[in-house]
Amino acid sequence: MNKSAKPESSSRAWHPKGRPLDVAVLDEVSTLLAGLPPKRDLLIEMLHRLQDKHGALHASHLKALAELMRLSEAEIFEVASFYHHFDIIKEAEAAPPPLTIRVCDSVSCMLAGAEALITALKSQVNPAEIRVVAAPCLGRCAEAPAAMVGRNAVGSADAARLLALAAAGSVTSEIPAYDALSVYRAKGGYALLDRVKRGDISVDELIDMLSSSGLRGLGGAGFPVGRKWASVRSFPGPRLMTINGDEGEPGTFKDRYHLERDPHRMLEGALIAAHVVGAERIYLYMRDEYPAVLDILAREIAALDAAGLTAACPIELRRGAGAYICGEESAMIESIEGKRGLPRHRPPFIAERGLFGRPTLNHNVETLHWLRDIIEKGPDWFAGLGRRGAKGLRSFSVSGRVRNPGVKIAPAGITLNELISEHCGGISDGHELAAYLPGGASGGILPANLADEPLEFGMLEKHGSFVGSHAVVVLSNHDDIRAVARNILSFFRHESCGQCTPCRLGTAKLEALLAPGGKPDIGLLNDLDHVMRQGSICGLGQAAPNPVASLIRYFPEVLT
Amino acid sequence: MSDKISFTLDGKAVQAEADETLWAIAKREGIAIPHLCHLDAPGYRPDGNCRACLVDIAGERTLAASCIRKPTEGMVVSTTAERATKARAMVFELLAADMPAREASPDPDAVFWHWYEKIDARAGRIPAARSGIGTPDDAALNLHDHSHAAIAVRLDACIACGLCERACGEVQVNDVIGMGFRGDHTRPVFDLSDPMGSSTCVGCGECVQACPTGALFEKSLIDPKAPSGVIKPQKEVDSLCPYCGVGCLTKVGVSDNKIMRVDGRDGPANEGRLCVKGRFGHDYIRHPHRLTKPLIRRADALKSGDAVVDPANPFATFREASWEEALSLAAGGFRAQLKEHGGKGFAGFGSAKCSNEEAYLFQKLVRQGFGTNNVDHCTRLCHASSVAALMEGVGSGAVSAPFSAAADADCIIVIGARPTENHPVAATYLKQAAKRGAKLIVMDPRGSGLFRHASHPVRFKSGMDVPLLNAMLNVIITEGLINTDYIADHVDGFAEIAANAAGFTPQSVEAICGVPAAEIHEIARVYAKSKASIIFWGMGVSQHVHGTDNARCLIALAMITGQVGRPGTGLHPLRGQNNVQGASDAGLIPMFFPDYRAVEDNSVLGRYQAEWGGALDTKRGLTVVEIIGAIHDGTIKSMFIMGENPAMSDPDQHHARAALAKLEHLVVQDIFLTETAFHADVLLPASAHAEKLGTYTNTNRQVQLGRPAVMPPGEARLDIDILVDLARRIGLDWDYGFAKTGQADVGAVYEEMRAHMPSLSGLPWSRILRDGTATYPAPSPDMPGQDILFTKGYPTPNGRAKLVPAALVPPDEVPDSAFPLVLTTGRLLEHWHTGSMTRRAGVLDAIEPEGLAAMHPKEIDRLGLEAGNMVSIQTRRGAISARLRADRDVAEGMVFVPFAFQEAAANILTNSALDPVGKIPEFKFCAARVMASAEAAE
Repeated sequence: MNKSAKPESSSRAWHPKGRPLDVAVLDEVSTLLAGLPPKRDLLIEMLHRLQDKHGALHASHLKALAELMRLSEAEIFEVASFYHHFDIIKEAEAAPPPLTIRVCDSVSCMLAGAEALITALKSQVNPAEIRVVAAPCLGRCAEAPAAMVGRNAVGSADAARLLALAAAGSVTSEIPAYDALSVYRAKGGYALLDRVKRGDISVDELIDMLSSSGLRGLGGAGFPVGRKWASVRSFPGPRLMTINGDEGEPGTFKDRYHLERDPHRMLEGALIAAHVVGAERIYLYMRDEYPAVLDILAREIAALDAAGLTAACPIELRRGAGAYICGEESAMIESIEGKRGLPRHRPPFIAERGLFGRPTLNHNVETLHWLRDIIEKGPDWFAGLGRRGAKGLRSFSVSGRVRNPGVKIAPAGITLNELISEHCGGISDGHELAAYLPGGASGGILPANLADEPLEFGMLEKHGSFVGSHAVVVLSNHDDIRAVARNILSFFRHESCGQCTPCRLGTAKLEALLAPGGKPDIGLLNDLDHVMRQGSICGLGQAAPNPVASLIRYFPEVLT
Repeated sequence: MSDKISFTLDGKAVQAEADETLWAIAKREGIAIPHLCHLDAPGYRPDGNCRACLVDIAGERTLAASCIRKPTEGMVVSTTAERATKARAMVFELLAADMPAREASPDPDAVFWHWYEKIDARAGRIPAARSGIGTPDDAALNLHDHSHAAIAVRLDACIACGLCERACGEVQVNDVIGMGFRGDHTRPVFDLSDPMGSSTCVGCGECVQACPTGALFEKSLIDPKAPSGVIKPQKEVDSLCPYCGVGCLTKVGVSDNKIMRVDGRDGPANEGRLCVKGRFGHDYIRHPHRLTKPLIRRADALKSGDAVVDPANPFATFREASWEEALSLAAGGFRAQLKEHGGKGFAGFGSAKCSNEEAYLFQKLVRQGFGTNNVDHCTRLCHASSVAALMEGVGSGAVSAPFSAAADADCIIVIGARPTENHPVAATYLKQAAKRGAKLIVMDPRGSGLFRHASHPVRFKSGMDVPLLNAMLNVIITEGLINTDYIADHVDGFAEIAANAAGFTPQSVEAICGVPAAEIHEIARVYAKSKASIIFWGMGVSQHVHGTDNARCLIALAMITGQVGRPGTGLHPLRGQNNVQGASDAGLIPMFFPDYRAVEDNSVLGRYQAEWGGALDTKRGLTVVEIIGAIHDGTIKSMFIMGENPAMSDPDQHHARAALAKLEHLVVQDIFLTETAFHADVLLPASAHAEKLGTYTNTNRQVQLGRPAVMPPGEARLDIDILVDLARRIGLDWDYGFAKTGQADVGAVYEEMRAHMPSLSGLPWSRILRDGTATYPAPSPDMPGQDILFTKGYPTPNGRAKLVPAALVPPDEVPDSAFPLVLTTGRLLEHWHTGSMTRRAGVLDAIEPEGLAAMHPKEIDRLGLEAGNMVSIQTRRGAISARLRADRDVAEGMVFVPFAFQEAAANILTNSALDPVGKIPEFKFCAARVMASAEAAE
């Protein structure tokens, strides 16, 4: 290697512009990427291979990757540096320690003492061996505080337990017991798909059924499924389908809940939906924070392939890399294309021009989870299950100050008070309901006196709030509401893609203005709210000022 | 069309096309909407990220970015609604909060501050994210990067609008800049977030031109002594670039008679783009080596081929003289020579760097004043073979379509050309086409920046063009992919081509070409089957003893497939110098009068004879390399060389310089004391491109106007005036207004030239002055020029193209055990031609400061050499010493040496063997060996 020592006389006379390519590294990277065709949309998968193998992305490897992919270094760097699960190491820099412990510091885990846990861990680990980092929501909010030791997702974490796992080398997630393909089929699974494919139920009938069932997109937007199908079908093919498994909204863990128990219910729903819209291929985007789910899906998709069930419509599993924004459907599409997760402008909508420019149907995991039951039991069955005019069932992710947090399958239109008393065993001992987040970090903060409002799409907007992904975080009289709001803004700042000015800078400024002790200028807060809500490109920036607006509206005393 | 959209804009009913943006419509309607991330310039995709241009659309929940939003029927748009104006003001307030104050900003005159002022945003409310310049934040974030020779990066002023990324990736397609990181850490990065100066940045400066805040800024404008720290040019002159054949229009910013900044202007060949030479290579004209007084050889300075003169101190060889003395001596010498040896004893080299008017006058001076056709210029060294083949085949030596036709092509072949280095702005059109999905077939023994974009990269063995191209013809003919109608209507000689190609099956040539037969099949099919295919070529095709044959094969490809005469098709030899097309058109070549009228055609000759008087030469003259030979033979005794540097550019330099030294009378007109001028008797200080008025014809047949931006230094004179003065002194009755004013009228010269050139009939001087650019031929002065030629046949005697088959001719000098490597020569991105300009340009010389030889790392290992060390490169003609560069673009078994470095002059090594038709030397191939310098010294 000393051969490449730079001659002193000239800065770059011994090689062309830029960093020289090491031919040996080129071979090494080429071997590591065996089996992955040099397609741009696989770039993130390739980065995962490098990161998994070497614990980091070394500059020499990225140079070689650029050569193999015929991309520029900058094109690789901007993708690699966007996603927080990649560590880029330049020539002169030290590699990160071999093990990383990520501790969730989003709302529910913050309430459960994440900050103290991080401090404790940092004081106890050898920084050469273990790196401790705060991480956005890990989707285990009912078992707060949550952490990941390497790839081992851990709930109800404490420092001693995490360090013991690290010491034992227990760094991969255990796969929970779930219904594998054979079990699911034994219980009648995929019979419906057969019937649909045979044409026993026509596409038009399916669209009608879904329309009358009232099923809405349960990723948070609540768009009626039947209408979405009809819309995608109206654009000329070839069409594609994506499944959004990037469940990153703080407080939300329902998709993980379903996939760790009954993954095929979602997969069958997906194949039915793909059949309805004539999608040629399904891309399933799953967040990197769910290693067990990734394993389950890889295994079960392989089983489906072997069984020939995906012959008409292959399912391609794609692994996220630590970016909440990729839960935004167009950002997710960009990510599947191997790019930074920057939300796209609308119009055009993805139904017209989505993945690879094609008409694309995108569904959340839970939405697909309900399809089989709705079609088998009939739309009236589902529609009849709601309350107060709302239709169907919802998987509420409940965390915070309740006795029994967790995923609660409950009627659409239920109120917070009903949800707590009927499903969660009441408020935690010693706590009184003070406020709640009805829709994760995005949905604003409502005071206790609005706990009898129906938790349903379109019902909370008049209170400056929305139900979104149905992630309910319950706050009590012992919780610091301003700190909760600031935690949320900190999360949004961390997760803003940085594309548009209002969100990129607005989230940072709001977080700074909520710093403890300060008395923020309410006029300025309102002006920031205005430009973010009115001027941001996507829902992240538009919803990011919600907690601040809630403070101004319901808890003005915490701002003075 | 009736499918216009009707909608309401600020209360007014407006009609628009469906694909127009609201921003563009508003602009048209006289409404100025602020914009930062949107640059209203060709090639820039609006991105809608900064949100400075938000407008209110009735019924929509959120505001829309007007730069990307398009109208729909009945839409009601307001640019003045409070919710929009308030949001826009907040955008500016937010951005300004994190930037240095205007007076401390890198560019207080930047677009950002203009809008900030207009919008009247509030200030002082929002906490800044960073503590500012010179603080620990600054150091930790590496906000300031001054590592690049020409560009200062100051990211504390960056607003993350991504214009630089689009400039780099989408407009210039260099892909060096990315938007790295995420959220409020988002910032532009170079490569893997490297210092700009050590990145792969090619220094085109497009990012600087695009940046709305000065975060990327010309170092040339930074002046700590100026009140704002920044120089603001006093005037701006619309002109064009002096370097390559692309012909980029420029806007030249001047302060105190110095060029401070060059920006790209929206010309037909560049649409605002420039390369590193055009943007940052302008200070050579103020280099201390610049000649500012006439010089005369001292009586005691003996001539010798290996004489070297220090341009910084030439007084051991030359003494200063008045213009009167110098011109008297120059003219007197010529008169005496003419008397003694006649016209046959004289030759003149003009230059493709000079204007059309200068080229025209130069050839007129030689032909009229000396009665000889011994006039030539460096076209002989670049595309003479291409022109020979084109004249023979299609009756015209110019391109059939501009390089911008790549935008309409489905398939583009680039062979023997490295446009990313030598025609960087032309390359942007090819790269953009490839990004759009056009098939890009790049064929070259040596890799280049274009290969990364190629759908079909073809690295073939050097010198094997003819078998490779014949094999493509073979595939096309065998598989029935020919265009029979086109051949029947327009092409002669198909049978001969078919018979010849039959002997070149892909299987039979794959070994000698180093290209698998399947690949040859594939590229032949792609070329022939595409709806529109176009071929570009460069010196890798022409600079061979089989250069004319190479071009014949390319012509045959286009003709038998009918890939010519339509949008997106054609034949385009990429011309090297800024006016090589124009100089050839103007008759600066030994076999033709202007417009390629043969000197041996009596009717043509008669016309000139009648007009010019005297006894014109009835036989074609000698070419560049032949003239050097004729000096050695003792036939040619005196020469006039204007702006040409054969001592560096001719092959087998020892031989060429010995010839120059042998001349009895040599007058050199130049701006520098070139290697050629070492041997001069009289040296006349001339003017640089930026100092004079004149027209230049680029590779696209666009005649464009260069305007004077600065005054010539010292006593240096305009070239055209020197020519007229000299002509008068050798007895010609030239005037052009010179007698009265002491200055020749450029327009009068142009008009005289145009009278001899039907090709320029539609381009009167008034049109050139008004528009600054026009394509020839144009049917009339008020009609656009024809971009695409041969739409209805060919300007040949029978109106049909003529195909000439090519047999395999091996290179003149093939490697053997003594000289086992192949030496090939060419240019670098930064160094143009013999380096006389670019090596005196501060930025260019800083980026590539020394002579080099490039070899494949494996070849370097095999020879036991070490990159970075000095090596000796040797051929049968000489040896040079240069620093060894490891470069995977160079094929194993080859060594590449650029010819711009006088201290490691490649043309000491090259072979002067000529192509028999085009008389071009084989610069691209000779046998060589390379050894460590220490070894060579032993």
